[in-house]
Amino acid sequence: MAKKPVITAKEAAAMIPEGATIMCGGFLACGQARAIVKELVASGKGGFTLIANDMARAVGPMGEEFFGIAELIHNKQVKRVIATHVGMTPEVGQQNTEGTLEVNLIPQGTLAECIRAAGAGLGGVLTPVGVDTLVEESPFCMGKQTIDGKEYLLMKPIHADVALLGTYKCDETGNCWYKGTMRNFNPVMATAADLVIAETEYVVPVGEIEPENIHTFGMCVDYIVEGERK
Amino acid sequence: MEKSEIKGFIAKRCAKELKNGDVVNLGIGLPTMIPRYLPEGVELVIHAELGIVGAGATPHEGDANFDPYHVVDAGGNPASVAFDGGFIDSATNFGLIRGGHVDACFLGALEVDAMGNLANWIIPGKKMPGMGGAMDLCVGAKKCIVCMEHTAKGNPKILEKCRLPLTASHCVNKIITEMCVLEVTKDGLLMTEINPEFTVEDVKAATAAPITVAENLKSMVD
Repeated sequence: MAKKPVITAKEAAAMIPEGATIMCGGFLACGQARAIVKELVASGKGGFTLIANDMARAVGPMGEEFFGIAELIHNKQVKRVIATHVGMTPEVGQQNTEGTLEVNLIPQGTLAECIRAAGAGLGGVLTPVGVDTLVEESPFCMGKQTIDGKEYLLMKPIHADVALLGTYKCDETGNCWYKGTMRNFNPVMATAADLVIAETEYVVPVGEIEPENIHTFGMCVDYIVEGERK
Repeated sequence: MEKSEIKGFIAKRCAKELKNGDVVNLGIGLPTMIPRYLPEGVELVIHAELGIVGAGATPHEGDANFDPYHVVDAGGNPASVAFDGGFIDSATNFGLIRGGHVDACFLGALEVDAMGNLANWIIPGKKMPGMGGAMDLCVGAKKCIVCMEHTAKGNPKILEKCRLPLTASHCVNKIITEMCVLEVTKDGLLMTEINPEFTVEDVKAATAAPITVAENLKSMVD
């Protein structure tokens, strides 16, 4: 049984170099590796490219100051954002207007599928979503194709240096289980990065997650970090 | 009609579009009011793009299912799953959306036009919140219904051709406002129902696109 190393959030942050492209699971930071993000903030490293559904929240569900990757944005540690929606973090729009933050917006299903493609060994995605819109001008759009009379955009796979997963339970071999809506982008991101770190609320013995209910397989996970329990 | 009544009036009319068992995605704001007005015997499967198929009622602090760190909606607010619902990852979930498994999506608009084009995600130079899942829903849902106030500060939002960047082209099937119900046809907008508080001329004056009036124009009010 190949156990995966359990490391601290600080050790995880130390593995992520300046300027790395980082995928962060989470939807408004639900299902996000928030302890590792806190350590990335503390590290002061910058020049990151963040790939995530959104840029999380400046205020947490119970009034916490910063919740997830929003703090990296506010701390000006990010140079580029690839996301579907940044309306909950006005700081993104502001830094973009000031010219210090590049923002690439991609439809939510397309982002999920481009990441899935990278993790599934596919050369691209053909999707009808985004035809006749600004998505056609996205750096991830490689043009249009017509198939059986219907138009599709050809979108590039999206891969990252690091993926940070936010899980609820992770067993000692890295098998993960997400509670509620934590799952979101985490399972696809687990397949599409060179280094995958699973932050979890509970490290559990192998067998506690039923084989039928493993959402992310340990084969995709390199390191485990025990985060805060909520 | 009082300003405070408008949203409820529109949501009530939207509810008539639905039948028992429909899988429905509701945009933020007005569309979330639709379930309050469902006819007796109509239960929906509420689809939430962040990963719930069969969402339940909004839980409050103290409720057994209040779990703001693990179960939230697309606005980040506490959410719940229905007794017969479940959780799903984003890639699979958007496969369901694009694949036509969602019966209807209801959403607001900045602009909508006579060809069924919709603009509701960006005002260049002003706001760039992002499209989120809106483009996928407009393209993938079987029916795309725009529900909104007919005008914004007196200015028409229903146009001959959208000026703002589109969310999707040729996607809107129906427009429901406090003034009327418009169907988008290949020949343009067809008014099928009108709120008796307004005349056809009122509607035309508040709309910047040609409207054809259905021969059997009905009242929006029962």
